[in-house]
Amino acid sequence: MLEAIGVASVGEIFERQIPEAVRLARPLALAAGKPEQEVFEHLRGLAARNTSTEDELSFLGAGMYDHYVPALIDMLMERSEFLTPYTPYQPEISQGGLQVMFEYQTAISELTGLPVSNASTYEGPSAVAAAGYLAKLHNGRRRFVVSAGLHPHTIETLRTYAHGYGMEVVEVPLRDGVTDAGAWAEAIDGETSAAIFAQPNFYGAVEDAAALSAAAGAASGHPEGEGPVVIAQVDPLTLGILRPPGECGVDVAVGEGQSLGNRLDFGGPSFGLFAAREAYLRRMPGRIAGETKDVDGRRGFVLTLQTREQHIRREKATSNICTAQALNALGGVVYLSWLGRRGIVELGELMLARTHYARERLTSLHGVEALHSQPVVREFALRLDADVAEVRSRCAEHGVNAGADLQALTGRPEDRGGLLVAITERRTRADIDRLAEVLGAAVAASEPVPAEEAVAV
Amino acid sequence: MSPIDENHLHSDPSIEVHPDSSSPGAVAVAGPSPQQRDAARTIFQKGAPGRRAFMCPELDVPEVDVGELLPERFRRSSPPRLPEVSEPEIVRHYVGISKRNFDLDSGFYPLGSCTMKHNPRLHERAAALPGHARLHPLQDAERSQGALELMWNLQEALAEVSGLPHVSLQPSAGSHGELAGVLLTRAYHEDRGETRLKVLTPDTAHGTNPATVTMAGLQVVKLATNADGGIDLNDLRAKADRDVACLMLTNPNTLGLFDPNIKEIADIVHDVGATLYYDGANLNAVMGLSRPGDMGFDIVHFNLHKSFTQPHGGGGPGSGPIAVSDRVAPYLPVPVVARDEDGAFRLDHDRPKTIGRLRGFQGNYGCFVRSYAYICSLGGDGLKDASEVAVLNANYLLARLRRLGVEEHLPLAYGELCMHEFVLSGGPMKKALKIKTLDLAKRLLDYGFHPPTVYFPLLVDEALMVEPTETETRETLDGFAEAIAAILTEAADDPEIALHAPYSTPVRRLDEVGAAKHPVIRQVMEA
Repeated sequence: MLEAIGVASVGEIFERQIPEAVRLARPLALAAGKPEQEVFEHLRGLAARNTSTEDELSFLGAGMYDHYVPALIDMLMERSEFLTPYTPYQPEISQGGLQVMFEYQTAISELTGLPVSNASTYEGPSAVAAAGYLAKLHNGRRRFVVSAGLHPHTIETLRTYAHGYGMEVVEVPLRDGVTDAGAWAEAIDGETSAAIFAQPNFYGAVEDAAALSAAAGAASGHPEGEGPVVIAQVDPLTLGILRPPGECGVDVAVGEGQSLGNRLDFGGPSFGLFAAREAYLRRMPGRIAGETKDVDGRRGFVLTLQTREQHIRREKATSNICTAQALNALGGVVYLSWLGRRGIVELGELMLARTHYARERLTSLHGVEALHSQPVVREFALRLDADVAEVRSRCAEHGVNAGADLQALTGRPEDRGGLLVAITERRTRADIDRLAEVLGAAVAASEPVPAEEAVAV
Repeated sequence: MSPIDENHLHSDPSIEVHPDSSSPGAVAVAGPSPQQRDAARTIFQKGAPGRRAFMCPELDVPEVDVGELLPERFRRSSPPRLPEVSEPEIVRHYVGISKRNFDLDSGFYPLGSCTMKHNPRLHERAAALPGHARLHPLQDAERSQGALELMWNLQEALAEVSGLPHVSLQPSAGSHGELAGVLLTRAYHEDRGETRLKVLTPDTAHGTNPATVTMAGLQVVKLATNADGGIDLNDLRAKADRDVACLMLTNPNTLGLFDPNIKEIADIVHDVGATLYYDGANLNAVMGLSRPGDMGFDIVHFNLHKSFTQPHGGGGPGSGPIAVSDRVAPYLPVPVVARDEDGAFRLDHDRPKTIGRLRGFQGNYGCFVRSYAYICSLGGDGLKDASEVAVLNANYLLARLRRLGVEEHLPLAYGELCMHEFVLSGGPMKKALKIKTLDLAKRLLDYGFHPPTVYFPLLVDEALMVEPTETETRETLDGFAEAIAAILTEAADDPEIALHAPYSTPVRRLDEVGAAKHPVIRQVMEA
């Protein structure tokens, strides 16, 4: 090979191209390579030092959920044909991936009740930030009004992005667990580019999405249809039973897709869903697959509306996003096919019933009360009359992860004592009873929060 | 007419010339393949009412009327029209359409700038271990020490490879890493009380660079490329002033060339107080051989899905960690993995000057597992070997194409040697043989190869960007070179064959203009 190239050594290829001053004169200070079995053992050893949802009874949620992932998803996501290609630049040999995107878009449109969906974006919180950018491009106004019911990671991510593209972020507080309607209307004005809330919100509460959307339009003072872009961060798995955003006046629905057939993976990769009304189609970020025909008249699929995208439009692109989360979105659409039209409703109703049972059961414990009284679907917030860190740690000693420490996530003084408990279909009645037993004992054994430090709801 | 090595031509059984064919050029396939006969039907067009795969767990708590738990105005009135299919139908459907994909495990994928290297299955097995795959992102630090240690080790390894000491694993993809980098630059200047709005990007840059600059609220200023394919230093000197926040550079650049003036470029940029940003898309050329930090870069993003074998997944997931110099470190996104004096790992959120979060949780951990496994398998010397072989393969393929006389029609756009990839110009081919780069690419599909990246970088006429990676054998490279040569020979004889290619793929050329004009982006449901 060297002879064909006309060099004496591989080193010469580098010496002729890289100036000596920037050539690394020493070996990289990394451990030597290892045989496959040793690497596997090392990674297995690291895995063994983690307590997964297989190792404890976990009620952690707060953005990612321990749902059952059917075996056929593992098989399909590991198929070479889905796992190893790149983005479908050559549609003639990428029809499989393109059709998956098209089917995924269809499923997301059906779930959200919104006519256009992209082929997915990175994940939930950054999808909200991307939707904010769409709003800025759409109406050029300068402010986002956001509900404090959004996931704290979403608000933080939105602030990071908004500082970049030059938008102000105004936060509207909650009242009894949901967005304060009065404060919402007051915060929105003619300069509001987007009004953003979560459904269900971070505290597990079901928001009155239709009312929030309508109020956003009315409060802006703009004629109908010209108000702020209403953006909802939704949890797709609750949409089997919750009224879809498209029927609630929402313009753009975004959200974390992990609960649809994707594993926890300590936070990623998963996918972000992104659906909207038709009017926003040409400003959507990311890949979109479209249907067409080949020269022989056969049905086929291509990446479409690419003039929105960075590789064509460069600095005028609607987003810098290059690809999608194609493999994770495959998991999503396979999961939705597996659940099916009836299954997604049944699963939603099961979660609803068990979550209701759990809330009743836990709030009957001494020193435990509901943080709000709103309807909940899969998750709810409690207030403990005890130090949450201490209670969680006591529960962990009994193999129970009682849920997420609310205040550790939001930093809000009013969330002191807050515990966020998630009930997926994997948590049975017996599991919930076990949680009640362990949590009750842990609260009783822990230091009560001194009265003067407790904050009123 | 090129002197072509006739002994190595691929035979191409998919083509027959039918004198009576109605298509111009009298070229047609021998008849549609089974896949071509099979009309594409979506999962929404399959199944039957009531059919299902999912069996719901039993209701084990007291039944309560749904209306009591969820007022009607909050409830969905009719179920979403999801498919109604059995498990075997789902499996057949998706396995069936998967076969309409070309993939890296099936053949050569020399897609320039994408680094399509082998994805070892060890990585999938390791990432699927429940201790990784079923670890909740909010698990307490003391019960996720294995994961945090893995992230720490990966941070350390990336710091060593890049020569930049501070790493954040958070960005979700290369484009996300770029956004992080530009926001970091902004924060750095703002903290010093300076407002700098201009970001310099060469005209060879990936499209994400300018798109990112706009999203971060800054302005793009384009830099010219010199006759050798590097940055035009005079243009850089003219444009580098105190309003410049950053220069974004890929090195080797998208022409596959290492910029020999890199030190001088870094000096010019640093002299005006700007930062130097390294787009790590082409890191596979220089691992263990040259480090961005030593070249003078302040910020680099990695593409774990390129250099570090995270499978591309058909277009995601990716992962785009960043490494930065001391002066940029205070602004890194939160959280970062920290190690306490007692050796325990934790997520550090307490960084007063941080730009904030870029996403939920701590990044694409599943990708970290795979890339960390890769680094453990190869070690420092192995990474260097990988880059050396990637560069050797690219130069060999280039030499092989030259020997086959391809250069006459597809000359190298810039330079003599190349790094891990090279860019040919299809301009002369278009003129002499009447086929465009696109036609060459489509004809390659009939030969069983994924075509190289086409029409990028933009400054090369009819560009063809080839990146073979270290994965490929000499035999594969020879076969690819011969296929190119054969297509050129064939075109000299009859350009119509390439103009109407491909013939053997599940579908043939698709109407992309029509798709964009009248977008149909979801399955229309029957009432």
